[in-house]
Amino acid sequence: MSGAAQETAPAGAPAAAAGRQGSVFTQGRLLLGLGLAMLAAMLVVTILAPLIAPYSPSATSPDSLAPASAGHLLGTDSIGRDVLSRLIVGGRTTLLITVTAVLIALVAGLILGLAAGYLGGLVDEIIMRALDVIFAFPVLLLAIAVVAALGPTVPNLILTIAIVYTPAMARVVRAPVLSVKQWDHVEAARSIGMSEMRLVLRHILPIVVSPILVATSLTLSQTIFTVTALSFLGLGPPPPDPNWGGMLSEARQFMELAPLTVIGPAAAIVFATLTFIIIANGLREVLDVGSVR
Amino acid sequence: MSAPEMLRPPQDVPQPVLQVRDLSVLFPARRGGVAVRAVERLSFDIAPGQTLGLVGQSGSGKTTAGRAILQLQKADGGSVRLLGRELTTMRAGELRRMRRHMQFVQQNPYSSLHPRLTIGQVLSEPLQVHRAVPANRMRERVAELLELVNLDPAMMRRYPHEFSGGQRQRVVIARALAVNPDFLVCDEPVSALDVRTQAQIVALLQSLQERLKLSYLFIAHDLAIVREMAHRVAVMFRGRIVEMGTADQVYESPGHPYTRLLLDAVPVPDPALQRERLRRAPPDMRFLEGDGGGCIFGLDHAGAGTAEWHELAEGHGVSCRYWPQKAASAPGHI
Repeated sequence: MSGAAQETAPAGAPAAAAGRQGSVFTQGRLLLGLGLAMLAAMLVVTILAPLIAPYSPSATSPDSLAPASAGHLLGTDSIGRDVLSRLIVGGRTTLLITVTAVLIALVAGLILGLAAGYLGGLVDEIIMRALDVIFAFPVLLLAIAVVAALGPTVPNLILTIAIVYTPAMARVVRAPVLSVKQWDHVEAARSIGMSEMRLVLRHILPIVVSPILVATSLTLSQTIFTVTALSFLGLGPPPPDPNWGGMLSEARQFMELAPLTVIGPAAAIVFATLTFIIIANGLREVLDVGSVR
Repeated sequence: MSAPEMLRPPQDVPQPVLQVRDLSVLFPARRGGVAVRAVERLSFDIAPGQTLGLVGQSGSGKTTAGRAILQLQKADGGSVRLLGRELTTMRAGELRRMRRHMQFVQQNPYSSLHPRLTIGQVLSEPLQVHRAVPANRMRERVAELLELVNLDPAMMRRYPHEFSGGQRQRVVIARALAVNPDFLVCDEPVSALDVRTQAQIVALLQSLQERLKLSYLFIAHDLAIVREMAHRVAVMFRGRIVEMGTADQVYESPGHPYTRLLLDAVPVPDPALQRERLRRAPPDMRFLEGDGGGCIFGLDHAGAGTAEWHELAEGHGVSCRYWPQKAASAPGHI
């Protein structure tokens, strides 16, 4: 994410230069910094999960539904497993599904959106109308239908989420392409005699990358919700491997006896969602999306 | 449709660089509207090292004509031959290779450069696309190009937004010249610039033409600049060429009423003369209406298969369309 932001730095140069004249800490940069720090923290915990987690996520103990203590910082669940360990390890599954699915949706959206926007005409009609069919269903409803049909495994969940979010990504890509392809420098590139592929990748894509970055980040936050919602509804990765949505679902019936079993995963979901929203807002400010040069 | 003989420039030239015959562009009707004939049966030649000035008011089809010649706009009929090779029917790959012979200088230097590429990248792009220069000579050639347009080669590491309009337009010209083209379409190349910069760019284009034996199609609405630049001038109205001749012929003895109208619209810096001109009866504007009517000389061009074109003098002709009704007998029938 930070690499991509740096890559566009020359482009955002006017905006960045304006910011530099005032304060280094513009609101957008602060937001982006905060978001990236939260993301980094989340990634470190997720990647190092087995090392950090105090217990095995599936190890039971006779001490079930225990309150917070020095031994179990967030208590234990109904069959005595450590909630904190399950949260840390469960984040792996949830984030893996989320990030992979959004990346697939991004690539598919880029290909379809660039093709539809650049080629226009019949190709545009076919691609966009086909995507409209997917777009017409409520996200969760469609996801439930697809997972129910394919079966709740991790690859199927990834595929499902990718399918559900591809239309939105394609639209975000297509819209600016429609206008940028008519810009003078694109016509200049065409008159030089370069191939269409080079034209699209070098003269159109870099110009439309900012709104795509923002949309990707926002989609990540929505996807966290969708993934956990599916798991909550019992369509997530099968037990015993923990994941945030599944943990919420299991803990719901003991909510009054052991509130931490619910608060823990809920807080994790909020934290992850907020991280991507903050990054999206920071990117929007820093990249100056929505204003034409 | 056979090429009308009178459209050839009078000079004894071996072969024109560009030969345009009956070029037409039709913009299809929008919902509920009618189709627009943006360019209608344009025919002209451009000789090596010569400039054809294309003038006319906004919307007369000048830019569309330029884009259609460069095959950036699909033509609906007619032929465009560059260096003797037909472009309108050429396959995409071959056309891309052919583009090294014809280049484009656009109107607005603020939008015609990729904002995220350095000047060096902008200038090396055509060289890479046409594999004109080996990679290790690229920097050298880019520096050479910048010097050609009187810019500092150190500029190549900087971005377009760091430069003024005039400097950017020089970069645009350098980009067009990178692959040693024979022919340039300059679409209002100076109209986005301030007057002093305009003069510099015009002088640059002239000296480049002399040094590199370039041919230009110079599209502009500024009549003074066209007179300065062009050897021959074509006046466009409603997508047609209504008058064409050498710059002197067209400016000194305009034949078509529309050309007179255009020339009269240029303010004269002499207040007495200008007042005198304003006192004159306004021209009969009725010719602006309708589809231009039939031949004012009463010829049946469609039946005879001849062009709607009448020569006033060697290399100087007018269209028989868009004349005021009463003027039907004005110029002697030729």
